[in-house]
Amino acid sequence: MDSYTAPESTPRQSASSRVKDYFIGATPLQKRLESARKLTSFVPTPSRRKIPQCSQLQEDAELQKVAFLLHKQWSLYSLTPLYKFSYTNLKEYSKLLSAFIAAEKQKGLAVEVGEDFNIKVIFSALLGMKGTQRDPEAFLVQILSKSQLPSENGEGKVLWTGWFCCIFGDSLLETVSEDFTCLPLFLANGAETNTAIIGTWFQKTFDCYFSPLAISAFNLSWMAAMWTACKMDRYMATTEFLWSVPCSPQSLDISYAIHPEDAKALWDSVHKTPGEVTQEEVDLFMDCLYSHFYRHFKIHLSATRLVRVSTSVASAHTDGKIKILCHKYLVGVLAYLTELAIFQIE
Amino acid sequence: MLKEDCASTLKVHLAQSLPLPSNVNRPRIDLIVFVVNLHSKYSLQNVEESLHHVDATFFLGKVGFLATGAGQDNHCSIHRNTVLRLAHTYRSPLFFCDLEVEGFRATMAQRLVRMLQICAGHVPGVSALNLLSLMRSSENPFLEDV
Repeated sequence: MDSYTAPESTPRQSASSRVKDYFIGATPLQKRLESARKLTSFVPTPSRRKIPQCSQLQEDAELQKVAFLLHKQWSLYSLTPLYKFSYTNLKEYSKLLSAFIAAEKQKGLAVEVGEDFNIKVIFSALLGMKGTQRDPEAFLVQILSKSQLPSENGEGKVLWTGWFCCIFGDSLLETVSEDFTCLPLFLANGAETNTAIIGTWFQKTFDCYFSPLAISAFNLSWMAAMWTACKMDRYMATTEFLWSVPCSPQSLDISYAIHPEDAKALWDSVHKTPGEVTQEEVDLFMDCLYSHFYRHFKIHLSATRLVRVSTSVASAHTDGKIKILCHKYLVGVLAYLTELAIFQIE
Repeated sequence: MLKEDCASTLKVHLAQSLPLPSNVNRPRIDLIVFVVNLHSKYSLQNVEESLHHVDATFFLGKVGFLATGAGQDNHCSIHRNTVLRLAHTYRSPLFFCDLEVEGFRATMAQRLVRMLQICAGHVPGVSALNLLSLMRSSENPFLEDV
């Protein structure tokens, strides 16, 4: 019957002409709608990404400043843009947040035995944590316990640290109006209760929203390839992968450790274009590992789920935990995480 | 699918991979559905290898792809676009369905049974090829760029 043969060309043409109208003179809102529409349609993920560059933080002073960021396990969250946040009001924010935390703790919501209720909150700017000049400055929030003894003039123990940053966040910065500050990546280290309280305060004060950033197995394999591609003078840790086998009743974990120089040698044999990583190279790199494992153990690792990747540059877990080990590639690692955070926000 | 009401006898044959052993007498195959688990790269590789064993005439509407596991994004090892591209290369429809969820499973079963009825020629006026072109025109217009 003729009614069943639908005309193929007409729906397609009208859809594409509607889309083209949005490109001209788009306001930020229209740009956001356009990017949202793009994501639901067939747009390939970036098939190539730059290998993290060795960063310029060579001076000792700067190294000291970021040293406390390394070798700590950070929980990752993505954060929507902050409304009317100002870098000049950091002292005020510290006072407000201390008051808020003290009030919350007295309410009995987060009572721990023997905890020192005299805490101090410090907001400080983290200079240099940005990818391009357009990126907003990163800032740091720390909860310190005030020392009881007046003779001690030290700062007190750091109980909780959290920092907000944005590295190469151009795709988000374009779509947002001026009242908003875009710092999509939030990293927290310390007690979960503190993270929750601080999250609530930020959400109430700046009308933003936190959500935990999980890293999929697909992105973990990209991280493994990109970090193995980084040139290192000396390797501090073995390259290690952890897979979780979905089998009942208990799940099985497979751990695969490689000498970092062997991993780099494998990567070099796979790598073609200098300075960039492509999807094919990542797949080939992982396939080599899988087939090597299969040859020895007759287990198809490709049927399991990659849960953790650990290299000398950084280590990442699928639950959204990251530990950065090398200061040279700090910015590079954060750039990829920022990309994932922005993707989650959108 | 077997729970669905159907006028004629519905037989489902499950296989891990193709080709099927040739020494068995089996009825005519009307529809092949390749199930890809987005959590496992192995399943994608398996499907890609099995596709080589399928006769070309099946691709005129008698093949479909079913991607499962898209609901849990952090368990996914395969990007959604990989399966989209695969389905586009073989000009066959792609369905996303989380087979773990009861409700989605039942809906998917209904769709597949209906598709099967058309492919078997039991619905007057619609052939498998008609159905294929009908489904293609309502698909994403941006596919043409790839």
